[in-house]
Amino acid sequence: MFLSVATTHKPATDLGFLLHKHPDRLHQTDLNFGKAWLFYPEATEERCEAALILDVDPVGLVRGKGQADGLLDQYVNDRPYAASSFLSVALNKTLRTAMTGVSRERQDLADSDLPLEAVVTPLPLRGGEALVKGLFEPLGWTVDLTPVEGFGSGADGARYGHLKLTGTGRLSALLNHLYVLIPVMDDAKHYWVGEAEIDKLMARGEGWLDSHPSRDLIVRRYLRNRGALARVALERLAPETAAEALPPETRVAPEEALEAPIRLNDLRLDAVVQAIRATGGTVIADLGCGEGKLLYRLVRERWVQRLFGLDPAARELEWAAKRLKLNEFGGPPEGRVTLLHGSLTYRDSRWAEADVAVLVEVIEHLDEDRLPLVERIVFGETAPKSVIVTTPNADYNALFPNLAAGAFRHPDHRFEWSRAQFEAWAARIGETWGYTAAFSGIGAEDATFGAPTQMAVFSR
Amino acid sequence: MREADKTDLAIPDFALVVLIGSTGSGKSTFAAKHFLPTEVISSDYCRALVSDDETNQDVSADAFDLVREIAARRLKHRKLTVIDATNVRAADRKAWVELARKWHALPIAIVIDPGVEVCIARNAQRPDRDFGPGVPKRMAMEIRKGLGGLQREGFRQVWKLTSEDSIEAAVVTRQPLWTDKRHDHGPFDIIGDIHGCADELQALLEKLGYGVAWSEDRGDRKVTVTPPEGRKVVFVGDLVDRGPNSPDALRIAMSMVAAGSAYCVQGNHERKLGRWLDGRKVTIAHGLQETIDQLEGQDRGLREGLPAFLDSLRSHVWLDDGRLAVAHAGLKEEMIGRGSGAVREFALYGETTGEIDEFSLPVRADWAAAYRGKTAVVYGHTPVVSAEWVNNTLCIDTGCVFGGKLTAFRWPERDIVDVQAIQTWFEPMRPLGGSSLGKSAQADADGVLDYEDVSGRRWIETELKGKVVIAEENASAALEVMSRFALSPQWLTYLPPTMSPSETTTAEGWLERPEEAFAHFRERGVAQVVCEEKHMGSRAVIALCRDGSVARERFGVAGEETGAIWTRTGRAFFGDVAMTEGLLARLRARVDQIGLWDELNTDWLLIDSEIMPWSAKAGSLIESQYAPVATSSAEGFRAAREALSRATSRNVDVGAIAARYADRAMRAERYATAWAPYVWPVSGIDDLKVAPFHLLASEGRVWFDHDHVWHMTLVDRLAEGEGVVTRTRWRVVDLADEAACSDAIGWWESLTGSGGEGIVVKPRDFVSRGKKGLIQPALKVRGREYLRIIYGPEYDAPDNLVRLRERGLGGKRNLALREFALGHEALKRFVAREPLRRVHECVFAVLALESEPIDPRL
Repeated sequence: MFLSVATTHKPATDLGFLLHKHPDRLHQTDLNFGKAWLFYPEATEERCEAALILDVDPVGLVRGKGQADGLLDQYVNDRPYAASSFLSVALNKTLRTAMTGVSRERQDLADSDLPLEAVVTPLPLRGGEALVKGLFEPLGWTVDLTPVEGFGSGADGARYGHLKLTGTGRLSALLNHLYVLIPVMDDAKHYWVGEAEIDKLMARGEGWLDSHPSRDLIVRRYLRNRGALARVALERLAPETAAEALPPETRVAPEEALEAPIRLNDLRLDAVVQAIRATGGTVIADLGCGEGKLLYRLVRERWVQRLFGLDPAARELEWAAKRLKLNEFGGPPEGRVTLLHGSLTYRDSRWAEADVAVLVEVIEHLDEDRLPLVERIVFGETAPKSVIVTTPNADYNALFPNLAAGAFRHPDHRFEWSRAQFEAWAARIGETWGYTAAFSGIGAEDATFGAPTQMAVFSR
Repeated sequence: MREADKTDLAIPDFALVVLIGSTGSGKSTFAAKHFLPTEVISSDYCRALVSDDETNQDVSADAFDLVREIAARRLKHRKLTVIDATNVRAADRKAWVELARKWHALPIAIVIDPGVEVCIARNAQRPDRDFGPGVPKRMAMEIRKGLGGLQREGFRQVWKLTSEDSIEAAVVTRQPLWTDKRHDHGPFDIIGDIHGCADELQALLEKLGYGVAWSEDRGDRKVTVTPPEGRKVVFVGDLVDRGPNSPDALRIAMSMVAAGSAYCVQGNHERKLGRWLDGRKVTIAHGLQETIDQLEGQDRGLREGLPAFLDSLRSHVWLDDGRLAVAHAGLKEEMIGRGSGAVREFALYGETTGEIDEFSLPVRADWAAAYRGKTAVVYGHTPVVSAEWVNNTLCIDTGCVFGGKLTAFRWPERDIVDVQAIQTWFEPMRPLGGSSLGKSAQADADGVLDYEDVSGRRWIETELKGKVVIAEENASAALEVMSRFALSPQWLTYLPPTMSPSETTTAEGWLERPEEAFAHFRERGVAQVVCEEKHMGSRAVIALCRDGSVARERFGVAGEETGAIWTRTGRAFFGDVAMTEGLLARLRARVDQIGLWDELNTDWLLIDSEIMPWSAKAGSLIESQYAPVATSSAEGFRAAREALSRATSRNVDVGAIAARYADRAMRAERYATAWAPYVWPVSGIDDLKVAPFHLLASEGRVWFDHDHVWHMTLVDRLAEGEGVVTRTRWRVVDLADEAACSDAIGWWESLTGSGGEGIVVKPRDFVSRGKKGLIQPALKVRGREYLRIIYGPEYDAPDNLVRLRERGLGGKRNLALREFALGHEALKRFVAREPLRRVHECVFAVLALESEPIDPRL
């Protein structure tokens, strides 16, 4: 990765005094992830340019015996090469004094606005050119971004850019802007974010971050918590679950983002709780309980006797246990809530005593050819008195402005059914296993497309 | 005068023995004399366990909970257990009778009563029992009050020892339960429900090699059945009713049982007939009338012997060291070799759900589908079209009286022998049971797998590597993948093992070379290896069926598909069914062309293969991971080198850095082209290539017993012509032949020099063992440029390589062997038509092991 700063202030070679680095020498900085070199490709009265190049040790980066020892996981990746927080660290280590705006020889120059240029490449463009402009232009820099021509199909547009900033300002300000904003553009920190990071951000952002129009985004991305090494075992088998490794508070499922304006999740849980109560059942199995949102509602209802929560994801159950305060002081009495690590594709006698089984937004996460098995286990083998199923109403998708035609609300959805499809499915269930189904919609009903979520209450 | 106590206490060897006696009666002494210390659970001892004080009455409730808990655990393991407590009141004893029932153990009472005076005197000598004479007196009174009712309380035997002499004289002997015939190793011929079809029975016996001779003795019709040397018959019951000749069926069974050449378990029809003969009120239905009519006017010999015979029938027999059990309507695992009312009822009627079907008959719960026992259970009662194994259970009632067959099952040969019914003697009330949609009965039962079949820490017994242990946390990761992403378990009959690279080479500039692979096998005594070109695609296991009906019949799937293709983690290889079916059709055409179906006598094949291009499956990986590395490294080096050259022209001393960056840039450039040979666009099946390398299994065969030369020769035949199957270059190398080895190394260098991934080196035999056990089934030797994709652009820079060489292969190799053994085990079980859960267990275990943290670059 490469960074350079240049000035056309005369004499331009004063840059050496500002950076505290002699223009005719090669300066080496040792870093715990490699080396940085600073040298001047150009040093004349008219123009002086300092270049910082980073030699990140790609082998050292992934070494370490266990997964937690190395900084990054064991795959080949762009971390040794792309401009990232490594560059910020190197900047800080190499040019610490310059960044504080102190110059022993030329303090007045350090305090003045100078004509400056900076180049950063290759800069990961997570957020595109618009983001880069949105970050630097409010700070007074003119942005010139050239996409880096890439290998591979490049279907998602240029992944990296060659960034050139020009403008007038104090050198220390430019360096601080770069220090904070390079990792923001990269959107992936290389080390665990701790409390010290907040202080660093405050120090480097002093005087400009507070009034920056993208302040919230900068803070969020800078302090990004990667939840890094959790659940490596599962991710090895199922890379698509990586996003799910984030704790529930910090992740925003695409589906929720889409549905948030209509508060669908809350409405859905309200409707389901009411429907359960109406069945008269008091022993309830939440099949696919996830992080336990429905259980959390139900545990406070006095008419509920016992609750079971079943989920195949062990980490979801851990979060559910935390949410429900299981085995904690002040939590529900022992035996009231039982969380079960299990799957709907295996018969499981542990929840067989439930008189109501609830599948809230679950069936659409199963491959359609495995549904008959789940049907047989729930309706045929376990056969509780009532079964409540909710699933997206595909008819309604036409009303989501940000959803492409034919797309699903969540990338893990294997299907989304229209009302007619759902009712046909429910009718077949009824016929095969002796249940009758009552249908209703959840969320504001549209005259043409119905409600966003559809619910069937099966009873026998 | 009082009757003398019986002092010869003959008790069952599996029972819950409840001692009854007041304090000071000598129960503990008696128990110590006649039972093992571990068999006796004393309430006083449990008091001490919870409170350090044997006499602490305040902890009675906890002490008794503990007694009950220990007793329950022992009974679960079928261990005789003695309760040493006073047990004076009926209420005290009730809990023990219930516990015995729960575990199907016989409750036995032994009353120990040496007289109140003796008890008082004994207590007086013990410092910890200073409660005076009142307590033993009251206890003795309570005991005597309840004596007469012990049988009614549920005790199956009651022994009373009412004097010091009889207590002293008592001898306890243990006898096996009637049902426990484990010492009898047969061989056996188990015969299904006869229902008065005496002629068919005689024909079947004769077919089995028994001689049947009828005679008459003073007006009594007699039969003598002579078995072939050492064989015995086991009748599953329902000898009578509905059919034309129940009396002769009874005569055959009675004479054989009397002669010791047969066992007969009780059928529900025998029980009803017995009750009717006993003069009890029974509903005459289900063919009982026929039997009553037929018995009318039969000779006295039969009529007089019949009640005793019927009375002697027991619920089941447990045979051959516990490997076999026979019961009329089947038996749950926890009931075998035990006795209780519940056992008897289950053995007679099976389990019903309490519901009634459309023919007004009780709906039967499918206990066999849930059966997980090691003992084979053979039974009748439920007529089926043909006898089929389900989870180690076999129903051999093939509805002879309804015009079906009379079936015998030979043990230990496991052969079925049957005779056709002469005619339909009785119209069935509902059609004979059988499996649905051309699926086997086992496949029907396998439709649903149980959480218990995969959960928790597991030990799996494999033929190749003994017990393989699966840790709970690994199983947990596999559960999620299996249920959210994998194909249905019916298809997933195999997952391939991981493969280790060869030992790391010390040759300058290299990480892997064939020399190390050859040395690895040479050191382990392997004479010849097969070297196969390693295609850079994605691993795919292919189940190829001749047509959809084979898929349904053999794999038990429900849909129309004619096979399946899955990845090494059990997912569908293609998201698109049409793509899968299209590729299967082409493969099927190749198999048709070379006549493999008939040659191997099979309707399906399981094939291990690689599907190219790599980008077909790994496209997103290339896009998201590999391409960005190429792009970013190239750009960074370009910018750095440009700046360095300007600095050089200013005479700044950056020469060393410039040289270093030139070298780095060169390696990055190589990286950017390294995967090019493995990437091409796929718009349809025409763009795919399949390179098979193992034929894993076909009907009745796991092909691990054939060497790799056989496999590759077969693959060469499949690859002939210009079809979808591509050729894999391979050669046999004699490890003692230096020239051949160096020739093979040259071949590897030229393969990898022209963009090949590398080679796989396998011992010629599929399964090879050395002095230290199982040898790695294969080692991969990857080319220098391919490794660049895996280890990164600059991996072969000297200071990087030296560190990368420190890689441990032990974990990976251990994993490879365990997964290899599990995969083989899965195939073996599938081919032997074992229940799906037994196959799935192994496949699930491979997936679980794959979640172990191993350096993914290996």
